[in-house]
Amino acid sequence: MTAHISNIARSKGDPKVIRSGPSSMGAADRLAKALGWFSIGLGLTELLAAGRIANALNMQGKESLVRAYGVRELGHGIVSLSPDKHLGLWSRVAGDGLDIATLMTAFRHDNPKRDNVGIALAAVLGVTVLDVIGAQAVSARHSRPQGRHRSYRDRSGFPQGLQSARGGARDFQTPADMRAAAPLAAVSDRAPQERARAH
Amino acid sequence: MRALVWHGKEDIRCDTVTDPEIEHPRDAIVKVTSCAICGSDLHLFHNFIPAMLPGDVMGHEMMGEVVEVGPDAKGKLKKGDRVVVPFTIICGECDQCKRGNFSVCQRSNRKKDIADKVFGHTTAGLFGYTHLTGGYPGGQAEYLRVPFADTTHIKVPDGIPDEKLLFLGDIFPTGWQAAVQCDIQPTDTVAIWGCGPVGQMAIRSAVLLGAQQVIAIDHLPERLEMAEAGGAITINFDEENVVERLNDLTDEEGPHKCIDAVGLESHVSPSMPDTVYDRAKQMLGVESDRPHILREMIYVCRPGGVISVPGVYGGLVDKIPMGVLMNKGLTIRTGQTHVNRWTDDLLRRIEEGQIDPSFVITHTVGLEEGPEMYKVFRDKQDSCVKVVLKP
Repeated sequence: MTAHISNIARSKGDPKVIRSGPSSMGAADRLAKALGWFSIGLGLTELLAAGRIANALNMQGKESLVRAYGVRELGHGIVSLSPDKHLGLWSRVAGDGLDIATLMTAFRHDNPKRDNVGIALAAVLGVTVLDVIGAQAVSARHSRPQGRHRSYRDRSGFPQGLQSARGGARDFQTPADMRAAAPLAAVSDRAPQERARAH
Repeated sequence: MRALVWHGKEDIRCDTVTDPEIEHPRDAIVKVTSCAICGSDLHLFHNFIPAMLPGDVMGHEMMGEVVEVGPDAKGKLKKGDRVVVPFTIICGECDQCKRGNFSVCQRSNRKKDIADKVFGHTTAGLFGYTHLTGGYPGGQAEYLRVPFADTTHIKVPDGIPDEKLLFLGDIFPTGWQAAVQCDIQPTDTVAIWGCGPVGQMAIRSAVLLGAQQVIAIDHLPERLEMAEAGGAITINFDEENVVERLNDLTDEEGPHKCIDAVGLESHVSPSMPDTVYDRAKQMLGVESDRPHILREMIYVCRPGGVISVPGVYGGLVDKIPMGVLMNKGLTIRTGQTHVNRWTDDLLRRIEEGQIDPSFVITHTVGLEEGPEMYKVFRDKQDSCVKVVLKP
């Protein structure tokens, strides 16, 4: 859709998308993106509606804590949407633990809003499962296997051998606009007068 | 036709798109026979370069056969010509082109007004890159429209495989220019940060240009092996302190010349706290680039030395030790590559067998596997150094 809208920035002869094909984003990447935006949304809600959330859970007086968790969620979201998404998702898993621990303190029999707390706990547990799945999948998809690598010891790029390549392009004349400044020319073998003239 | 198309951060797709058409009498259409994924494509993949739009065709390293020629390009090109297409689009007529400063051509950026505002003055149009440089569709596709085709091409002879010639369009002249602008002397030590494709080409160029000692810095064993095969002494920054080792190798004087073949996405590690700081700021959108390599080069370079920066930077950097740079009297040379300034000479060196740039290719796949190869290349999986795509 956005690809079609952006066609207004293209000229008549530029290629334009007719049909989209396979993407570089795997299912794990899409899940990470969704969870990242969820974090941003939740974080903003916690920041902007801390009082209402605290009331709904009968946690009056904890508004600052809710706002702090909102800032934390925004952090998770930003990292989850970055190329370092695995860090973002694992940080979300840690944050889920903190959320569960905090909600457990309100999951008391004497809390008249215990049902709301229960719903919140169930939601966090559900999201935690998604976070763990996402974090594991993203880590597996983007990790580089340790210890094993191909050998490129024979790839010199010099068909006539390294020794003959050394200085093989000394015939090249450095253009005047790319010559080095005087201080380093002084370490060459040229005579001082020549160095002065050269620069 | 099929093409690799940018749809957003980390979202490259192999799409079906309309065929390109000749728009201007100097245009030509090239049937792409080989193209490559460049390290700077990863900056676009990560959306670190501003002004990409969903639907942009990727790719700025390509070659192929001319299949259609606009009337004003006919004197220089004809159907059937085999060409490498440089990533910089050049008019050949403006003041900068006449000076050989092709990457800052004053006329080829069709979105010059935006570039004038952002850069102060426009630079050349580039294929498969940001709309700040024209937003020209790139060559990771079956066909490519080449604007200013009569000047924007490198004719190559038959009988040499694509793999030896393809990199004349970008990484080979980029590594070469990086070394040339160091003005290498026979007594010089040249240190090169980054053993990706451009770093590998810079290593070979420094060796050919006669540096006494070439030192390559990375942490991926397969890339360090490739660097060593090309004649470099290697430093694995996961295992050694780069500054200490460079000083050891230069009698505590530091390298004469330093080349940054990494650019805006330097490796992030808790052992290099400034990289964590940069990454955090980059995520928050208050710094666009991670300039760890620039800081390290400025610190370790010998006073009076030269710092050459072929690595791509996109915007704003923070905590550059300007005082050190100034007091040590260092010279910084930067810029996108003036590709056509070097290609006649480099093509001759390939033909004479002095160098074979195909050594860097580790993966060759069809265009439809391109999206997955972006991921493999980015994650350095399967010992990937350079991907060539066959449309």
